[in-house]
Amino acid sequence: MDIKKNYFEFIGLPVSYHIDLNRLSEQARELQKTLHPDRYAHLSDQEQRRAVQYMAHLNEGVATLKSPLRRAQYLLALQGIDTHNESSTPIDPMFLMQQMELREQLESVVDAADPYAELDALTAAVESELQALRADFAQQFETEQLDQATSTVRKMQFIEKLASEIERLEDRLDD
Amino acid sequence: MALLQIAEPGQSEAPHQHKLAVGIDLGTTNSLVASVRSGDPVTLPDLNDHHLLPSVVRYMPCGNHQVGYEAMQHASEDPFNTIISVKRLMGRGVADLKSLSEEGSYRFSGDADGMPFIETAAGQKSPVQVSADILSTLAQRAEAALGGELTGAVITVPAYFDDAQRQATKDAARLAGLKVLRLLNEPTAAAVAYGLDQGAEGVIAVYDLGGGTFDISILRLHKGVFEVLATGGDSALGGDDLDYALGQWLVEQLELKDLSASTARILTEQAKYAKECLSSLSEVELDFSVGEQRCQLSVTREQFDQLIEPLVRRTLRACKRTLKDAGVTAEEVAEVVMVGGSTRVPLVRAEVEKLFARQPHVDIDPDKVVAIGAALQADVLAGNKPDSEMLLLDVIPLSLGLETMGGLVEKVIHRNTPIPVAKAQEFTTYQDGQTAMMIHVLQGERELVDDCRSLARFVLRGIPPMNAGAAKIRVTFQVDADGLLGVTAKELVSGVESSVQIKPSYGLDDNQIATMLQQSYVNAQHDKEARALREQQVEADRLLTSLTDALNVDGALLSVEERQVLQAEMDKLDQLMQSADSVAIEAGIQALARASDEFAGRRMDQSIQKALRGHTVDEIEGNQ
Repeated sequence: MDIKKNYFEFIGLPVSYHIDLNRLSEQARELQKTLHPDRYAHLSDQEQRRAVQYMAHLNEGVATLKSPLRRAQYLLALQGIDTHNESSTPIDPMFLMQQMELREQLESVVDAADPYAELDALTAAVESELQALRADFAQQFETEQLDQATSTVRKMQFIEKLASEIERLEDRLDD
Repeated sequence: MALLQIAEPGQSEAPHQHKLAVGIDLGTTNSLVASVRSGDPVTLPDLNDHHLLPSVVRYMPCGNHQVGYEAMQHASEDPFNTIISVKRLMGRGVADLKSLSEEGSYRFSGDADGMPFIETAAGQKSPVQVSADILSTLAQRAEAALGGELTGAVITVPAYFDDAQRQATKDAARLAGLKVLRLLNEPTAAAVAYGLDQGAEGVIAVYDLGGGTFDISILRLHKGVFEVLATGGDSALGGDDLDYALGQWLVEQLELKDLSASTARILTEQAKYAKECLSSLSEVELDFSVGEQRCQLSVTREQFDQLIEPLVRRTLRACKRTLKDAGVTAEEVAEVVMVGGSTRVPLVRAEVEKLFARQPHVDIDPDKVVAIGAALQADVLAGNKPDSEMLLLDVIPLSLGLETMGGLVEKVIHRNTPIPVAKAQEFTTYQDGQTAMMIHVLQGERELVDDCRSLARFVLRGIPPMNAGAAKIRVTFQVDADGLLGVTAKELVSGVESSVQIKPSYGLDDNQIATMLQQSYVNAQHDKEARALREQQVEADRLLTSLTDALNVDGALLSVEERQVLQAEMDKLDQLMQSADSVAIEAGIQALARASDEFAGRRMDQSIQKALRGHTVDEIEGNQ
């Protein structure tokens, strides 16, 4: 693919962790109107293929910038730091302890008298933890403390995984 | 500079000539074709003024076949040669058919892990061929009604169709000689028809219970943009299953012993009849014969409701999950649109109303709305409405992934991701000196390979021997606007590459399609070479026209020299077009495509800049 611009430039936003989600949606909407393959369906195969590539790049860009975790990972990737593979960044033992406690809490939800109330409490705890980590990351990234920012992203990955497990359990309870 | 002349004298090639494009709803029970005529989308009837074409094909010993009402009359008398509900077999393997209720209805041949063929009096027929016969009938009807050759068609598929089912549908269109402008999801098509008609805005839910499939889509409508937020459903649950449940109950009540294929068809027909009556009546009397036995009994709506309640509950579960995926609550849904004949069943309506706490829209014809939406989209895609603001943004219904160690599936693209989309994931070798890697592509939500649908397997060979973990294999998934997947794999250290257009294990391969096409040309006395030539000429013409238009508008993006080089290539292709050599024209198209690639890229970048500045193209041109 011959698209060299990073997602921020492509969508027309400043490279930053702070992002105006409304602006992101508006810009994306304008670009979709221009780039969607449906706009090229009556033109040559070459133009259609190109539109598919650009639109795919746009969709992936929007998904990346919208998600707080993926946006953080992407910002680090632009700095040459790969957070997708298990890195050797040490993780704070206090944090790991806390993780284990949350996990135990999750496992006991099924046997609770009111599992939904337990889940709600867990969700709230996870959400506030994520908020705090996002604020940390924004500050660390802005002040170019990239090592700390990287370790914050690792923590986010842990918590997001927990959040998706909570969701899965909720699905199982609903069925 | 003189502009390129492409039109021959007497051959009208006006730039904004109205193109004949249709929307086709290829349904489990009935199919329809629609087109925009004088600005209005309408379904096209046959000579007897029937708009619906029953999706039934009967194959006869003489080799001929009948489609529609004619074929349907023989459904119970000639069950093995009369194929009904073929849509349920599309993209399925022989093994899959065991789980479907109509497995016993036909004589299948084919390997257990291959594609099923149905044994008929006119020979073996694949589900793709049967669907192609239905599509041909509709295309002929449309050409007769519109008075000309079709430019292309938008064909609808259930949103919940997986890659194999979509590919099979596209193959059927190809076999029927139709150019597919787009595969469009049925609920999205319904939303277009409904949204444009009612001028609706906000979040809407489309509940589509067809003959063989169930879809639920949640969309946001805003100024002509139809954005699918999430879709869900069950591609093996539909009105047929309601009939089947009632049919089984009839068997028990009547204590029937002899269950031949023909008896099964009679019971299905009776069940269907009873279901339809019970939409308006609270009780129906059945009186029919099975062989010597006369059968008389009554069915109440209450009894019917009890039988179908578990099926309706399954659809509601899918609705709840989809709402969650869409990130909206039932209260936020402004309108609920009902699509598909089975949404006439009172229990279905009542339960949907309860779930969304609002009365669903039933004022539009649930049988026609999908074809109408497809026709509107076809009109835009054919280029008849250059100023249209309409834009459909759809999603992929089921996650796509790869098999990893231990029979687990690693998801690469998650369900409800907007399409088109491309995503890459990196893997590595697990043995020293490993020179090949098997890539197994799967679709589904479950974690185990065995619980997902296997789409394709291919092998990346020629990896240079390295230590385990040293090779880097990047697998890229690309899903196009039809929802169809292509996969490429590349070893990054050596650059070895391998790619597949996903051809499902139960699909037809290119050779099979070519052979079938050839056979059909012989039968229809078409000339294959003439057709290939025409196709290449059309494509060459399309490329030249769009480049000429592009140069008129954006010629300034090229230097004088660049423009001369490009013009020379265009003149070459124009010359080639006059020849009768399809291979040479194809090569010329590719050469011109390469020569104009840079220009196309600059234009695309320019339009991105314009879009970001929030200017319309007109404004900018006006300033120049």
